[in-house]
Amino acid sequence: MKVSMRVNGAERSGDIEPRVLLVDFIRTNLSLTGTHIGCDTSSCGACTVLVDGDPVKSCTVLAVQAEGRAVKTIEGIAGTGALAPIQVGFHEEHGLQCGFCTPGMMLLGEELISRIPNPTDEQIRWAISGNICRCTGYMNIVKAVQHAAKLTTAASKAPAAAMAGGAE
Amino acid sequence: MSSTLHMHGGIGESIKRKEDARFLRGQGHYLDDFVLPRMAHMAILRSPHAHARIKSVDTAAASAKPGVIAVVTGELMAQHKLAWMPTLSGDTQAVLATDKVRFQGQEVAAVIAETKYQAEDARDLIEVDYEILQAITSPQQAKESGSALIRDDKEGQKDNHIYHWESGDKAGTQAAFAKAHKVVRLNTFYPRCHPAPLETCGCIADVDGVTGKATIYMTSQAPHAIRTVFALVAGIPEQQIRIISPDIGGGFGNKVPVYPGYVVATAASLLLGRPVKWVEDRTENLISTGFARDYHMTGDLALDANGKMTALRVHLDSDNGAFFADAQPSKFKAGLFHIVTGSYDIPTAHVTADGYYTNKAPGGVAYRCSFRVTEASYLIERLVSNAAMEIGMDQAEIRTKNFIKPEQFPYTSATGWIYDSGDYPKAMDVALKQLGYDEMKKDVDARRKKGEVTGIGIASFTEVVGAGHGADFDILGLRMFDSAELRVHPTGKAILKLGVKSQGQGHETTFAQIVAEELGIPAQDVLVMEGDTDNTPYGLGTYASRSTPVAGAATAMVSRKLREKARKLAAHLLEAAEEDLEWERGKFFVKGSPEKSKTIQEAAFAAYTNLPEGMEPGLEGVHYYDPPNMTYPFGTYAVVVDVDKGTGQVKVKRMVAVDDCGVRINPMIVEGQIQGGLTEGYGIAFMELITFDAEGNCIGSNLMDYLIPGSMETPKFEIGQTVTPSPHHPLGAKGVGESATVGSPAAYVNAVIDALSPYGITNIDMPVTSDKVWAALRSKGVTE
Amino acid sequence: MFPAAFDYAAPATLVDALALLKQHGDDAKIMAGGQSLIPMLKLRFAQPGIVVDIGRLPGMAGIARHNGHLSIGALARHVDIERNADLPKLCPILVDTVHWISDPLVRNRGTLAGSVCHADPSGDWGSVMLALGASIVARSQAGERVITIEDFFKSPFTTALKPDEIVTEVRIPMPGGPSGGAYNKLERKVGDFATVAVAVHVELSGGKIAKAGIGLTAVGPTNIKALAAEKALVGHEPTEQVIAEAARLASEAAEPKDDIRGTAAYKKDIVRVYVQRGLRTALGRAREVKA
Repeated sequence: MKVSMRVNGAERSGDIEPRVLLVDFIRTNLSLTGTHIGCDTSSCGACTVLVDGDPVKSCTVLAVQAEGRAVKTIEGIAGTGALAPIQVGFHEEHGLQCGFCTPGMMLLGEELISRIPNPTDEQIRWAISGNICRCTGYMNIVKAVQHAAKLTTAASKAPAAAMAGGAE
Repeated sequence: MSSTLHMHGGIGESIKRKEDARFLRGQGHYLDDFVLPRMAHMAILRSPHAHARIKSVDTAAASAKPGVIAVVTGELMAQHKLAWMPTLSGDTQAVLATDKVRFQGQEVAAVIAETKYQAEDARDLIEVDYEILQAITSPQQAKESGSALIRDDKEGQKDNHIYHWESGDKAGTQAAFAKAHKVVRLNTFYPRCHPAPLETCGCIADVDGVTGKATIYMTSQAPHAIRTVFALVAGIPEQQIRIISPDIGGGFGNKVPVYPGYVVATAASLLLGRPVKWVEDRTENLISTGFARDYHMTGDLALDANGKMTALRVHLDSDNGAFFADAQPSKFKAGLFHIVTGSYDIPTAHVTADGYYTNKAPGGVAYRCSFRVTEASYLIERLVSNAAMEIGMDQAEIRTKNFIKPEQFPYTSATGWIYDSGDYPKAMDVALKQLGYDEMKKDVDARRKKGEVTGIGIASFTEVVGAGHGADFDILGLRMFDSAELRVHPTGKAILKLGVKSQGQGHETTFAQIVAEELGIPAQDVLVMEGDTDNTPYGLGTYASRSTPVAGAATAMVSRKLREKARKLAAHLLEAAEEDLEWERGKFFVKGSPEKSKTIQEAAFAAYTNLPEGMEPGLEGVHYYDPPNMTYPFGTYAVVVDVDKGTGQVKVKRMVAVDDCGVRINPMIVEGQIQGGLTEGYGIAFMELITFDAEGNCIGSNLMDYLIPGSMETPKFEIGQTVTPSPHHPLGAKGVGESATVGSPAAYVNAVIDALSPYGITNIDMPVTSDKVWAALRSKGVTE
Repeated sequence: MFPAAFDYAAPATLVDALALLKQHGDDAKIMAGGQSLIPMLKLRFAQPGIVVDIGRLPGMAGIARHNGHLSIGALARHVDIERNADLPKLCPILVDTVHWISDPLVRNRGTLAGSVCHADPSGDWGSVMLALGASIVARSQAGERVITIEDFFKSPFTTALKPDEIVTEVRIPMPGGPSGGAYNKLERKVGDFATVAVAVHVELSGGKIAKAGIGLTAVGPTNIKALAAEKALVGHEPTEQVIAEAARLASEAAEPKDDIRGTAAYKKDIVRVYVQRGLRTALGRAREVKA
């Protein structure tokens, strides 16, 4: 059956069986391979994407359920341009090693910051509690999100400062 | 992009990782991301039974399903002499079962179809008729007379025993035990667990029908060795095989062995003339690929009246699964287990090991074990803490009293290891200080008086990595050297090609840093390449913490070779004598006239444009490094736990980890490795388990049952360091990838046992789950 | 790893949805969030001919107070409960429990009603509904039916629902007086099913327990209502002795099995411990409530 959705801001569509998982639609039909598959029991979160702004496991959503929805994958964070705050945070704080869980972690981190501008260690750990990382031990992921939060806050204040004509 | 872009990036600098760029954008190229033209997909049918004779295989219904291109059975593979393959331990392993299945999850047949959904649909329709046999699920059962013979395929195999191996001095140890003041015994089982990297294993085999060239994309930590094995197994000439290991989503030893899926996919591609992709799912990964541990160990420690250790005796039974398939140095059947005297000056020791076949997946050497050092370290550190309890000595004191002293290095252990360097008392000191040990003990005492259950655990591990000197270390005869090939371009940038393969350890950064230090080219200007066997020098791969000790040394050596040629070029440019030049990282200058200098970049340019007469152009070289010895990272870990009396749940309140891995190339990356290892150690100590019921059904073959620590379970770590360089390594570096997984399980468990010791409990085997703690407390009448 | 093939419909109205169920009967599976169904489809434990996705039905996601009860729409997600501003006051045990449901990603899709209908004896909401004395509102082409929670769970993964019925609402009665509840769950890690969990809810009147509800998770073929324990509390002052006796009775009502999470003896004792802890917490919260 036909399915169409807005992925990273662009209209994307396909003709697929209803059983096709959203993660397979994204990876195979849309050739966006930044979203990963790590398990077969909805236990690891490597497949995390945003659907209408909510982080979900795309291996536990049928592509047809995303009909008409807005989907954001890792490729939707800053594309090939300058890095977004969440990406800077992960880079500066060594929040990734093999990189396999990283897209999910970054999408979650960015979404958390949009709701809680200054998240605590506990809040970040709670937000990523459904996502497995085998490499880092989570401490640097927490630091990465906090780093990104600071950058995000600074960026949101900067235009105001510029408008006020403040001296740099 | 990075805040450290301006830095030179030499040894000791925590520059941000060069490889991050693609991962941050979701542009990593993992195995499953590759799509080749006309690529087909393979799904493997696996045995539901642990031990059964195959009576018939009916593929008719499967073959008729839409999209199916071929169905491959053991019989078909046998016709091409590919039903069996050699293992990395010199045994044989079934590729697709022919006569019997020998573990639940064993490969029986494979479907190749146009899409992966179609492959799985068809796979479910293959009908296999089995005659169920007795399942052997432990070495104990394997030994029993009358137990089913698992490897009836092996000529001369009359029972389920694989090997017997010994190390140390039997007579001397026996004598020491005879006159010991005190003997402390610990029987402990290090259960089966699994590396479970987040990315599962897989390959794309692409055999070109015209040229005969086989290009195999593979999740492999050791692509060159695998290429050689493939050449021997598949009969394809080695120059016609190219293994490409792309970005790997975690290895931890899981991606070293050759898996049947790789062989079947390659055979299928050869037969069909199309690329064939096989990516296992998580259940397949847990049920069939290289597991870790499964060692039944008994340790006896002899002590004198002052608490000095006088002898150590250890026996272990190893559960190796249905095929002996460990990736380990051929001379050591139990890996490097005989490092088991650990950090202690024990005059005599004797280790015996017996390996057994069971009806379980093959493997054992994996999961950051440094070739079985995890098992050894666990045993000795638990045994020492128990000894402390038994003789009424503080667990830090018994260790300090028995440590090999700094002045004893290099130290030859009772089982023949020559420890390169160490300062164990210093690491212990730093750890105890960080913990506030004395205050913590008072706090624990005070809380115990109020009826709380709380304790402190210590582990002071020494491990052995950097395999290894060729005369002693080989895998299937391939000596365990490693390599670095360095080429500097005219514009002073460089490319470094290695025989190792990162799975997240940051090689693209740390190895560039070695060149930056030794040759003076900034790390940003050095491109590091790994994994493509057509384009890298031969190496034995990345596992057992060997990359820095071996390939890192090779990189330093080749950089120095190039530096010497650059000196000649600089002398030519400066019209000075070579002996009159000084080197300051990145440039040569005339002694006494620092303004007369040439940079390494200028020397490189000259290598292509302005050479002394008779000098070969270019600035490049390759070095194959045969290490003179292993390296010996060490450390002290200290853990504090609280135990919930009502539920048995354990909470880690503090975890202090002091590591010494010699010189640290990139401290940020080193700490990242340690944090990851401490997390795996936590998982092993408290949560991770693969077990089997009496029928050999595998429990723990998916992530709902195989529990990996998440962000809420994982403790926060307090990381400290000491630095005791390796005297024989060109950079003084030792390697660190596995230290934390080696040393931490005992620290965690010692803390729990310390917490329960007031009630007379002396052991709980891992994983220390809440029900076991509850049962131990209940058995002593403790309840909420 | 991937589902077997199935047909799919996403009806736009309840009338359409009910017609599909009438047409397909047993061969249809209803899907709301899909967080229980899709994992089963992927492992091919469930192979329905058609999946009826009710996720687009309007007006079914609300959480609101109507007359004497709290109405939770069939499409109200766990995260909607987690973030609802009124629930901490209206029904705090729901907020307590929602933090134990799976993980944040699952909570963004899964629904309370879907979880209750899935009737996994290890499911958390079922025990809470038992403790609260909830009712399930089901619609079919024949009309509407209200099923009390005590009549709802029949056997593992089986409820009193007929194949042509859709649950539209879960109703929770509002307490008459000061009340409090607690949910205690022993899980091996975040996202794991309960080893054991206990829901406790009490209403006080004049210093005595007027109403008591105790629901047990993962210790029987369905979520269990610990009737004898509840009875032992009603009409009594909640002394340590009364609490201990209720805990003992609840423990006896549990029928756990030995498995990888622990022995039956262990699980029974955790029931006892959690009923005690749960009651202490629930009573404390009830006493804090201003009339």
